[in-house]
Amino acid sequence: MFSNKTTAEDLAGVITAAEVKGRSLWSDAAARFVRNKAAVLGAVVLLAITVFSLFGQYFAVWSNEEIDWSIMGKISQAGAPSFANGHYFGADELGRDLYARTVQGTRISILVGMVGSLVAVVVGTLYGAIAGYFGGRVDNIMMRTVDVLMSIPFMFVLILMLVIFGRSIVMLFIGIGLISWLDMARITRGQTLTIKNKEFVEAAIAVGVSPTMIILRHIVPNLLGIVVVYATLLIPGLIMTESFISFLGLGVQEPMTSLGALIRSGAGQMQFGVIWQLAFPLTFFLVTLFAFTFVGDGLRDALDPKDR
Amino acid sequence: MKLRTTLMASSAALLVLSGGMAYAESHATHPVTGEALAADQTFTYQDIDESPSIDPGMVEDVAGSDIVRDLFEGLMNQDADGNLIPGVATGYTVSDDKLTYTFTLRDNAKWSNGDPVTAGDFVYAWERAASPELASPYSWYLELMSIVNVSAVIAGEMTPDQLGVEAPDDHTFVVHLSQPLPYFAQMVTHSTTFPVPRATVEEWGSEWTRPEHIVGNGAYVLTEHVPQERMVRVRNPMYWNNDATIIDTVVRLVINDDAQALTRWQAGELDKVAVPSGQYPALKEQYPTEATSFPSLCSYYYTFNLRDDAPEWEKDVRVRQALSLAIDRDIIVQNVTAGGQIPAYTFTPGATAGFEVPSVETANMTQEERVAKAQALLAEAGYGPDNPISLEILYNTSEGHKNIAIAVSQMWKQNLGIDATINNMEWQTFLEARGSGQFDVARAGWCGDYNEASTFLDLMTSGSGYNDAAYSNAEVDELMAAAKTMDDPSANYTRVEEIVAAEAPIIPIYHYTSVFMMNDALKGWPVNNVQQNWYSRDLYKVAE
Amino acid sequence: MFAYIVRRFAVAIPTILILIVLSFVLMYSAPGNPFNGEKIPPPEVLANLQAKYGLDQPYWKQITNYVWNVVAHFDFGPSFKYKDRSVNDIIAQGFPVTLTYGFWSFVVAVVVGVSLGVLAAIRHNTWIDYLAVGFSIGAQSLPNFVMAPVLVVVFTLWLGWLPGGGWNGGQWQYIVLPVVALATSYFASIARITRSSMLEVMNAGFIRTAKAKGLPMRRVIWRHALKPAMLPVLSYLGPAFVGMVTGSVVVDAYFSTGGIGQFFVNSAFNRDYSVMMGITILVGVLTIVFNLVVDVLYAWIDPKIRY
Repeated sequence: MFSNKTTAEDLAGVITAAEVKGRSLWSDAAARFVRNKAAVLGAVVLLAITVFSLFGQYFAVWSNEEIDWSIMGKISQAGAPSFANGHYFGADELGRDLYARTVQGTRISILVGMVGSLVAVVVGTLYGAIAGYFGGRVDNIMMRTVDVLMSIPFMFVLILMLVIFGRSIVMLFIGIGLISWLDMARITRGQTLTIKNKEFVEAAIAVGVSPTMIILRHIVPNLLGIVVVYATLLIPGLIMTESFISFLGLGVQEPMTSLGALIRSGAGQMQFGVIWQLAFPLTFFLVTLFAFTFVGDGLRDALDPKDR
Repeated sequence: MKLRTTLMASSAALLVLSGGMAYAESHATHPVTGEALAADQTFTYQDIDESPSIDPGMVEDVAGSDIVRDLFEGLMNQDADGNLIPGVATGYTVSDDKLTYTFTLRDNAKWSNGDPVTAGDFVYAWERAASPELASPYSWYLELMSIVNVSAVIAGEMTPDQLGVEAPDDHTFVVHLSQPLPYFAQMVTHSTTFPVPRATVEEWGSEWTRPEHIVGNGAYVLTEHVPQERMVRVRNPMYWNNDATIIDTVVRLVINDDAQALTRWQAGELDKVAVPSGQYPALKEQYPTEATSFPSLCSYYYTFNLRDDAPEWEKDVRVRQALSLAIDRDIIVQNVTAGGQIPAYTFTPGATAGFEVPSVETANMTQEERVAKAQALLAEAGYGPDNPISLEILYNTSEGHKNIAIAVSQMWKQNLGIDATINNMEWQTFLEARGSGQFDVARAGWCGDYNEASTFLDLMTSGSGYNDAAYSNAEVDELMAAAKTMDDPSANYTRVEEIVAAEAPIIPIYHYTSVFMMNDALKGWPVNNVQQNWYSRDLYKVAE
Repeated sequence: MFAYIVRRFAVAIPTILILIVLSFVLMYSAPGNPFNGEKIPPPEVLANLQAKYGLDQPYWKQITNYVWNVVAHFDFGPSFKYKDRSVNDIIAQGFPVTLTYGFWSFVVAVVVGVSLGVLAAIRHNTWIDYLAVGFSIGAQSLPNFVMAPVLVVVFTLWLGWLPGGGWNGGQWQYIVLPVVALATSYFASIARITRSSMLEVMNAGFIRTAKAKGLPMRRVIWRHALKPAMLPVLSYLGPAFVGMVTGSVVVDAYFSTGGIGQFFVNSAFNRDYSVMMGITILVGVLTIVFNLVVDVLYAWIDPKIRY
C-alpha cells in the first residue's frame, strides 16, 4: 500500500512507538491533503464563505429584516443589484436587502450543516461504539433498532417533529442530526468490532478500566479518522435537507432565513424579472456545497489511504 | 378493475362529446350576443388542491363547490350578478310568518340516468346531509339555515326524518324554519342543499361519486377523476336546459404551485389560473385584458386575544387602536398583495349585498395622522421606549401571509417601537393555537357563506365559534340577535361595525379580490358575482 | 440462502409492527385533527365525524383495530380527508404513477450515472474526469425545486416540446420532465460512487495483472473491473430505488402527477392519519424488501459473501 516507501522506512515504522506512529499518521494525512489541489481550493473557498457569513453584515447598509419602503412594490424595476442604494445583491420581493439576507442565510445553512452533522456524529459514534464494544445481545438489539428506524421514511419523522414540537432552529438542528446518525452508527460499529480486539483495548480491560472509560478514551479516539471524513461528507447532504424543509415551509422562522428558503422564493419568482433573487443565493449555495464536497473527498483520500 | 373504469369513462366521454361537437358547429354564434363561437369548447382551469369531496352533502371547500355546481343543480341558481334565478325550482312562496318556504319544482328536470328529479330527492338529500351517520363536515350549514329540528338531528337526538322538510308531492318541496331568515332563499344556492340520487347513493355508498357510478342532475357529468391530478366533466344531454349549454368539456387540473400554473397558462395549457401573490401589476401590464381582478366576499384581518390569560396590554383599547392605526393598508394592498384589494377599516366587505360600508373616522385620515394618533394613544396608555410592548404575530404558512406579517411587523417596529416578531405554523397547528388562544395577534380571514352582512358580523358575537379574539360585547350580541328577524337590519349592522371599530378586537386589513389570468377567448365569467358562484354552462369560448 | 431470506422476513414482521405503533404515536401527538378544513366544524359536527371514523375510541382499541384490519383484510381504512376514497384507493391510484416515473428515473440514473462514473475513472485526472466530477457535484447540489420550474420554462414555454405537468394516464410526453427532474440528483450520486469504487478496483492486483497480460482495455473493464466496482453502487441503489419509486414531493408538486409523494406530505399536513400510516407502511415494506434484494444481489456478485 505504501509502495513509495522503502523497506527500511517500513521497518522503522514498525519499530517506533505507538504514539509516535499516531502523530505521523495525522501529519501524513495533512501532507496528502495539501497535495490535493481541489481539496485545498475547497478549504480556502469554505473559509472565505464562512468569513463572509460571519462578518458580511458589517458591510451591509441594510439589516436583514428592514424593508426599503422606497422600492417596495416595484422590485423588478428598482430592486436590481446596485451600489447606489446599498442593495449590492438587489432586493427581495418585499424590498428587503438581499445582501444582508444572503449573509445571514449562508450562516444558517452552514450552521445547520455543521451542527446537524455534529449531532449525528456524537449520537452515531457513541451508539455504534457501545453496540460494537459490548457485542452479543446488546449489539443485536441496538442494531435491530437502527434497522427499524431506517425503514421509517425520514420525511415523516422530520415533518412530525417540526409539527409536534414547534418550529425552532434548535429543533431543526436536532431533527436533521437525528435522522442522519443511523449510518454513522453502522459505520462506527463496524470499526469498533475490529478495534476492540486490539491489544491496547485488551490491556485496558485486563487492568480493570471501566467500559465507559474504554469506549471514551480508547475506542472513540481511534474512530476519529473515519468520523471526521463521514461528518464532512454529511454536511452537503444536510444543507440539501434543510433546503427541502424550507421548500415544505417548515424551515427557520422569518425574518431569519436560510439559503434554501431564499432559493425557494427566488425560484418561484424567476419568471418575473427578478432573477437576482435566485442567482445570488443559488450561487452561494452551490459554491458552498462544492467546497464542502471537495474538502470531504480530500479528507477521505487523506485519512483513508485505501480509497486513494 | 381500473382498466374497465377508464374504458367506460372514455367511451361515455366520446359519446357525449360527439353530441356536443355537432351542437357547437351548428350554432356557430352565441344565441344572445351573436359572437362567433370557437369550434373547440373546452374549458381548462386550475385548482390549487384536490377537494376533499364532491358529494353535495359532504363538500366543504370552495373548489369542491365549483365542481358540485356543474354536476348537480339546486333549487335556485345565481345569475352573473349573483341574483336569484330559477334552478330545479321554478320559484317559491313564503308564508306570512316567514317560517315556511314552498318551492315548486320544474317537471322537466332529470337525473343523468333519465329519472325525473323529484321533491323527494331534496328531502332525502337534506336529511342525509344532517344525519350523524353521514357526519358531513358542512352539516352546520343546515343549522345556519335554521331548519326546524336541525340541531337535534345533527346531535343525534332526533332521527333525520324529523327534519323540518317535506314533499307533499313530486313537484312541491316545503321547508319549515325555526325563525324567520330574510336571506333564506339565497342560501339554497349553496351546494350543501343540492339533491342527491337516492338509488345510486344507496347502491354504491361512499363510492357513488366515482365517474363510473355517479348520477347527477347538473349540466355536466363526471367522466374522469384522478385525485390530485385531473378531472373531466362533459355536457349532460339529460340536463333540462342542455340546449343553452355551450362549453362541451370542462377540465380541472390540480396545480399546487401558482408560478408553475402561470407558466403553463402562458404556454396555452390552461384557460384560467390564479395569479401568484404580488404579480398582478406586472401581469396586468403584460396582459392587460387577461389579468382580471374584482371584489369578492372575503375579509383579511388580524385578531387580538382578549382572553384573561393574554398579555396585559391587549386589554387596553388604546393599544389595540394604536396598533390598528399604525398599519398602512395602502402599502399592503398596493405593494404587498398588489391584486387590487380594497383597504379595510371595517369588517364586512362593501361588496356584500345591501351593505353600505359605514364611514368610520380612521378611514378618512391620512396615514401621517393615523401614525401620529397611534403614537399619542400608545404614550397615553403608558407604553413607550422605557416600557416597550413585545408581541408575536401568528400566521399560517404561506408566502402571501408571510409577506403581510413581515410588512406589518416592520410598520409596528418603525412607527411605534414595538418589538414585533413573527411566527408561522402549518395550518392544523395554527388552527389549534388560534382556537385555544395561544397567541398575541393572529392572522385570520373570513369568506361569506351567503351574501349578507350577518355572515361576517356574527363572528363578533360572543357565542360564535369563530370569534377567535374571544370578544364579548352585550350590545353587539343584542343587535345581531335582533337583526335576524328585521326586515331591514342595515342600521344594526352599521352600529355593530361602529362598535367594533371603536373597541378594535380585530384589525381589518383588506377586503379580498378574486385575481386570476383568464384567456381572452373565454367569455361569460360572472365578474359581478361577489360570491364567485360560477357555472360552466354560462361560459363560452369565442372564435379568435 | 433460502434460510437467510426466511430469517430476514421473520425480522421484518416485528419491524413493521414497531413502525406502525411508532407512526401512530407520533401522528396522534401532533396538534390538530383531520376534520379542520377551510373552516373548523362546530363541536357537535366534530363529534359525529370522530364517531364515524372511530376516533372517539381509546387509543389502544384504535390501534389494535387498525393492525387487525391491515393484517387480516389488507384494509388500510378510509381516508379522513378525501371522504369518498379509501387509503387503498389512494395508493392504488397514486402508486402506479410514482412507480412508473420512479422506475424510469432509476433506469436513467443508473445508465447515465454508471457510464459517467466509469468514464471519469478510466480517464482519471483528465479534463473528462474533472468535467464529469464537476457536473455530478453540480447536479447533486442543485435543488429539485429549482430544476423543476427551469425545465418547465425551457421545454414547455420556450420550446413548446413537452407538456408542463399532469399525467394523463401516463403518456410518454408527460413522463419525460418528471423523470429528468428526479433522475438528476440520483445519477450524480451514482456517478460519484461508481467513479471512486472503479478507481479503487482499477488499482487492484488482478486488474493490473489483466492489463499486464495485454488484454484490451475494453475487455478489462467489462469482464473484470465493472462487476466488483458495482458493489458499493449496489448498496446505494437499494435505498435509492425505494426513494425514487416512492416518489418525490417536489416532482409531484411541480408536475402535478398525482403521485404518492404529494399525498404523503399533504396527509401529514392535513392530519389524514390513515393515509399517512398507509403510505408509511408501504414505504417501510419497500425499504425492507429492497434492502433484502440488495443483500441477495451482493452475494451473487461477490462470491466471498456467504449467508
